[in-house]
Formats: sequence, C-alpha cells, structure tokens
Amino acid sequence: MTRNINWQITSAAIASLVLLPLLTLTWLSASSNSALWTHLASTVLADYVISSLSLMLGVAITTLLVGVGSAFLVTQYRFRGVNVFHWALLLPLAMPAYITAYSYTGLLDVAGPAQSLLRGQFDLQFGEYWFPEIRSLGGAIFVLSFVLYPYVYLMARASFMEQSQHLRDVARVLGYSRRKAFFRITLPIARPAIIAGVSLALMETLADFGAVSYFGVSSFTTGIFRTWYGLDNVEGAAQLALILLGFVVVLLALEKSSRKRAAYHDKKTAKPAEAKQLRGKKQVLAITLACMPLLLGFIIPCAQLLYWAIENAQQLLTAEFWQLVANTLLLASITASIALFLALLVAYSHRLSQSKLTSFAKNIVGLGYAIPGLVIAVGVLIPLAYFDNTIDGWLRHHVNYSSGLLVSGTIAALVIAYLVRFLAVALNSVESGLNSIRPNMDQAARSLGLSPFSVLKQIHLPIMKGSIMTGLLIVFVDVMKELPATLVLRPFNFNTLAVRAYELASDERLADAALPSITIVLAGLLPVILLSGVSRKTP
Amino acid sequence: MKKALILITVILLSACQQQANEEVNLYSARKEALMKPLLDAFTEETGVKVNSISSKADALLTRIKSEGNNSPADVLLTTDAGRLHRAKSAGVFTAINSKILDSTIPSQYRDPQNHWFGLSIRARPIMLTEAATKMGITRYEDLANPKFAEQICIRSSGNIYNQSMVAATIEANGKAATETWAKSMVANFARNPQGGDRDQIRAAAAGQCSIVVANTYYLANMLSDQNKIDDFQAASKVSVIWPNQEDRGTHVNVSGAGVLKTAPNRSNAVKLIEFLASDTAQKLYAEVNFEYPVKETIELHPILQSWGAFKADTLPLSKLGENNSAAVKLMDRAGWK
Repeated sequence: MTRNINWQITSAAIASLVLLPLLTLTWLSASSNSALWTHLASTVLADYVISSLSLMLGVAITTLLVGVGSAFLVTQYRFRGVNVFHWALLLPLAMPAYITAYSYTGLLDVAGPAQSLLRGQFDLQFGEYWFPEIRSLGGAIFVLSFVLYPYVYLMARASFMEQSQHLRDVARVLGYSRRKAFFRITLPIARPAIIAGVSLALMETLADFGAVSYFGVSSFTTGIFRTWYGLDNVEGAAQLALILLGFVVVLLALEKSSRKRAAYHDKKTAKPAEAKQLRGKKQVLAITLACMPLLLGFIIPCAQLLYWAIENAQQLLTAEFWQLVANTLLLASITASIALFLALLVAYSHRLSQSKLTSFAKNIVGLGYAIPGLVIAVGVLIPLAYFDNTIDGWLRHHVNYSSGLLVSGTIAALVIAYLVRFLAVALNSVESGLNSIRPNMDQAARSLGLSPFSVLKQIHLPIMKGSIMTGLLIVFVDVMKELPATLVLRPFNFNTLAVRAYELASDERLADAALPSITIVLAGLLPVILLSGVSRKTP
Repeated sequence: MKKALILITVILLSACQQQANEEVNLYSARKEALMKPLLDAFTEETGVKVNSISSKADALLTRIKSEGNNSPADVLLTTDAGRLHRAKSAGVFTAINSKILDSTIPSQYRDPQNHWFGLSIRARPIMLTEAATKMGITRYEDLANPKFAEQICIRSSGNIYNQSMVAATIEANGKAATETWAKSMVANFARNPQGGDRDQIRAAAAGQCSIVVANTYYLANMLSDQNKIDDFQAASKVSVIWPNQEDRGTHVNVSGAGVLKTAPNRSNAVKLIEFLASDTAQKLYAEVNFEYPVKETIELHPILQSWGAFKADTLPLSKLGENNSAAVKLMDRAGWK
C-alpha cells in the first residue's frame, strides 16, 4: 500500500480543492442565527423545502419517463430515422435551462404569441379561457425535465446497448414475451445506470437558480440568495447552503446504495441485442414519440431564439461579439482538459490503493456538482483572496515588495471555481471507463514490470478513450453554460456568452439576449454531436 | 534556490497584474451595455482608461471585502441606494470632498457623510389601464383597498425595487401599518408575483390585471422602440399616475456610486464620479435607460416629459438600506412571494 502513497496524496490534494469552498461555507455559517431561523421557520422555510422537493420529484419522474422511454425506443426498435434520433435526442443538453425558460416564457406568457393568437382568433378576453401558466412550479418542472432528460437517456441507452442478446434469448426460451423480457431483464440490469443519470439531473435541479427564480418558484436555492441579498445575512445563507448540501449527500447515498446491490457482469464478447423493425402505424407512433422530447427540449425553444436572433443579427458584426465567443471557448477548453486530467488522477488513485482516503476524496469531488454556482464562487473567492493577501503580506514584510492579488480576479480563479463544480461530471465518466477495464489487466501489466503510471498511460488510456471524450465534452458544454460563478469571479473587461445573454435577459431584453444564447447552443451542439458518435461506438 | 525561484515567479506573476497609471477600475452592478457609452465618453475626455466588471451588487461587495487592502476596485456602482448603504455599513467606502458633487447632487440623493452619490433617479409609480383610471387611486395606500381584488400585477418581493418601496413605506407609516397594507395588497394580486417589471405591463395590456407598480424606465423603454410593436402597443395601453402627491411623494430610488477606501487610483475614481455628474454625462446616463437625471437642470426625454412633473419622496435614501431586511421579513410575513 505504501507504494501508492504519492497517488493517495495527489488524490487528497485534488479533493481539497473541492473541500476548500465547503470549509469556507462551514466557516461562514459558524455563528448562531436563531432570530433568522425563527423568522424563516415561521414564514418561508416550509415553502422552500416543499417547492424543492416537488421540483425534484417532478423532474425525477419526467426525466425517467422521457429518458428511459426514448432510450427504449431507439435501442429496441428500428424505424425510419432511428439513427438520427440516436444523437438528436441528446441535443437539449446544449440548452442552458435558464435560456429554455426565457424562450418558453416569451412564447407562452399571457402577452406572448400563443395566447395573443388565441384571444385574437376566438375574440376572447383574459380569464375567459384556460391556459397553462408557464411561470409556475409545473412550468419549472417542465423546462428542467426537458433540458435534463438527456442525462438519463445517455446512461439508459448505453446500458441497454451494452446488454447482449443472449440474456434475452434465455428469457424468451423461458417463455417471456419480448416486452416482458425488457421489463424483467433489461430494465433491472440498467437500473444503476439509470439512477446515476437521474441523480445528475436532480443535482442540477437543486443547484438551478436561473430558471427557477425566473419562474417565481421559491426553491431552496432561491431562498439562499434571498437570505443573502434581501436579508443581508451571509451566515444564514451559508447555513441554508449547507442544508442544501445535506439533501445532496442523501441523494448520493441513495444512488450509491442502489449501485452496490447491483453488480451485473456479462460476457463482453456477446453480440448486442437485436432491435425489432417497426412498420405501418406502429412506426408512425414510434417516430412521433421520439420526436416529442426533441421538439419540446430543443426545436421549439431554439425556433423562438432563432426568430429573435434574426431580428437582432446586427450584433453579429461587432468584434466584441466574437471576443465573447473566443473567451467562452477558451474557458471551456482549458477547464475541460484540466478537469479530465484531475478526475483521471482521482479515479486511478482509488483503483490503485482502494484506501479510505482515496474513497473519501472521490466522494468529496462528487459533491461539487450540486452546489449552486454562486455559492461555489463565494467559497472560492474568500480563500483565494486570503491566500493572495497572505503572500502579499509576507513579501511586504520580508522583501518590501507588494505582489498584490496573484490569483484573485484572474482566469485561474474562474477555472478553479469551474473545477470545483464540474470535476464530479468528469469523474463520473472516467470512473465508468475505468470500471469497465478488468483489474486482471492491471495485474498482468504490472507483473510485466510497468509502473502504475505506465499502466495508466499505455493500457488504460487507449481503452477508455471513449469515456474520456464523453467527460471532456460534457464539462465543455457545462462550462459554456455556466453563469453565476463567471459573473462573480471574472477578470476586468472579460465577458462570456452566458454573461452577455444573462445581462440582456435580466434587463428584460429577451430578444436581444437571443443571439448570444443561440450561439451558446450552437457551440454546444458540436460537442453534443461528437459525444453521440463517441458514446455509440463505446457503449 | 527553490525559494528564490518561487519568489521570482511570484514577482513575475504579480508584475503581469500590476497596472498602468492612467486607469480606473470599476465594479458595476449596472449592466455593461448601459455603462459603455458613458465610460467611452469619459476615456475620450480624460484619457483615463476604464476597466470594468459588471455583476450583482452583493457579489461585488463580497469580492471587495475579501480582496481587502489589495482590491483593485476604485469605484463601486450600484443600481439602488440600499446596496450603497450596505457598502457604506461594511466600511468599504471613503468620504469624498468634491465641490462639484456637493453642488450638483441634491442632498437627499447622496450620503450624509459623502460616502456615496446618487447618479440617476428611478421612480416607481403606479400604472393603470384605461379601465382603472377612474377608480380614484391616488396613493400607494389605496392598493390595499379590497375593491381592487385580483387587479394588481407586481413582481416578486425578491426584487430590490419592491424591497426599497416597502422600506420607504415603513419609514412613512410604521411597521405595523405597512404590514397590514402589504397583506391586503397581496390579497389583491391578480397572480403570483413573477417576471420583471415589463412583464407586469404586458400582463395588464393583455387584460390579466389593471393596476401595475413598475419603474418608469421600463415603460419608457417599451414606448421608445416602435419596431418592437408588441411591446410598444402594450405600453401604450397603460398610463402613469404619480402616487402620494398630496403627502410624502412618489417613491424613488437612485443608481449611484462611491469610491473605495482601498482605491489604488483614487483621483481617477473621483474624476469618474464627477464626470458622471456632469451635464453631458447626466443627460447620457439618464437617457440611455430613460431614467431621471439627479441634476435638476437637465432637460428630460420627451417620453418622460409626457408624464409630467412629479413630487418625489424626500426621504434620505440611506433609510432604504437601513430598513431593507425589515422590509424583506415583513413581506415574508405578508405572504408576498
């Protein structure tokens, strides 16, 4: 074990990166605040908790139905266009939730085209007809679900495709119908993967501020900001954030326990499951069903954005706009590469040493994803500034030189915050890649005299290229969409597409916000399409 | 050797971060698009380069506080007086003695100790659709009248403009009366608070409500661009009434700025704020977003002129900051989402 001590230390060091903001949060919240809690408990706290739980329940059910349902369709059946649906169903991943929220609001609001048309066509006044209220809890569930279902779809599809035909042949021989075989065999085997997908979706849901606050839903996360901004109570906000983290720990524990009980292995060489060819009405039905998530999660909101963007296309011509694109791509690619590298170290350290330390490190890294971006930003801001000021103080004292702020207010600070939030995503994909490589491979290589590092480099990396690409791309897309931490930590005169879109939208200029928004989506499309290619080749 | 290397690296790194002389660093809660024309004009006039970051005021304040003595920030600019007061209470501003600022900015729009200065006025009156104009609404207090059930559209209590409005009401009527007023007003809401100020105007035009409380610059922005025909038509369906003209006056807030205690470019910082208070800048600053200039002699945009002159609440705006958290708690109790 001692041989792996360097790996263990590396892993712990990376985890401390994520631990740092968590400790800052704990430090901030360490003061009694009973007056605030009495106030919250007697007024809005119940509302925060109920809203967040309903939001999670709604998103869990919807993403399960949509994600598993569409994965079922594209893997079990063959119909016209199925190859396109395979990757197209991932497209909503490129849509930031808040942007989808903006465009649906523009479309379905009382004053939007849908309701205006209804009133105009049938000569109705407001109140004389029923129309679903988009800015509501239901609306938030709808928007978040259709943006987040691809996580479930991605995992479920991979698992369905991984399962070989012979398991089902056995089931058929035992007298199961095709459908029964799916529900009794395929689905249970895929369960851990599906739950992992749902838990990613739920973590995003918990951390979401943009869409939820825009819809006027009082979720736990909006409560954190209300306590900070409105009540000017940083301690209280930090305490609420820690409770939110408690939700996440429970969620992750549930996910883990569901995985533990399910360890299914199958012969890797078996041939994949056969899909059934659909014809006639059934084919039309399948196409319609597969179109729905795509339409609701991507085509409709994108069409609205495009319509606005074309009206405001003159922004395209400015050099400043292209600077935004360049900044965004730069941040996304730097962060994605570092995140994958660090995640690889964490995952591989655990594989090598299997110690409590590495397992703890892995769990800590997994937490970041569910913490709202702004909370992470503050958690990174405070210790970094402290670090900078300490160095400055030391230098002033000893060599009479002021270094000023070294890291604070630079791109590095921004990248650190992104890493805290998105390392979890990178780790997820790296781990799934590593786990599919049998340990006896390592043993064989080591016995031939390779060092642990060479094993990683020469054996693992080539095998798990697919998983690494997947991780890179998801982190890339996530960074492009990231808003709150960027808003707080960025350097002078430095903006991203998300910041620009948000500034315009929060100034209630949705139409002007459309061009930067659609650019985020377009730039996010490329990785999503690449991702679909990768994930199909390496299930 | 190792130590020396580290030292050299640190010095080199920090050298990259050191700045040239003629600069000023702005932390701005006002949107970049609104500030850019002004900052460009400032650079043109003085040759001082402006570096800026725009974000939420509280986030910027947290950043200033944690950056401490080494903070590069010279000026913090916010869009409401409450946040200016918060920054002052946190001890990050410094007093500025400037004859120019003292003479141009009326005293209720700046800090008594000159820690911050209001630069534009944002009025929050009542707006009515045709149907509601004859209902006899003349005061904010009238909105609590049960005869206006399901008639009021207003955004969420998470919004600073509503918090400031309630904070001002607390100052005028006391906590108990304000809470009763807020409860009755919430009972008159046409829908759960949602969207921004423009959305309230749009909803009124679509017939969901007849009474709106919103900042005037949103309405003016909608009226100013006839190419966005839907918004233009919606805005044309409401009219502004100035509440409480017989007593305390219509609620107003300011956007404004202060110079930081730790400002590395202090004289440029003062220069920037003085520039923003100058005639040319005041006109630009107000007109780019249809706000009212703090300087009374500036000619108003025709859209603003069309609503007529009004009496603004003369409450010292630092009160808005002092009462802010009491206002939020009160709105929590009143069930104002």
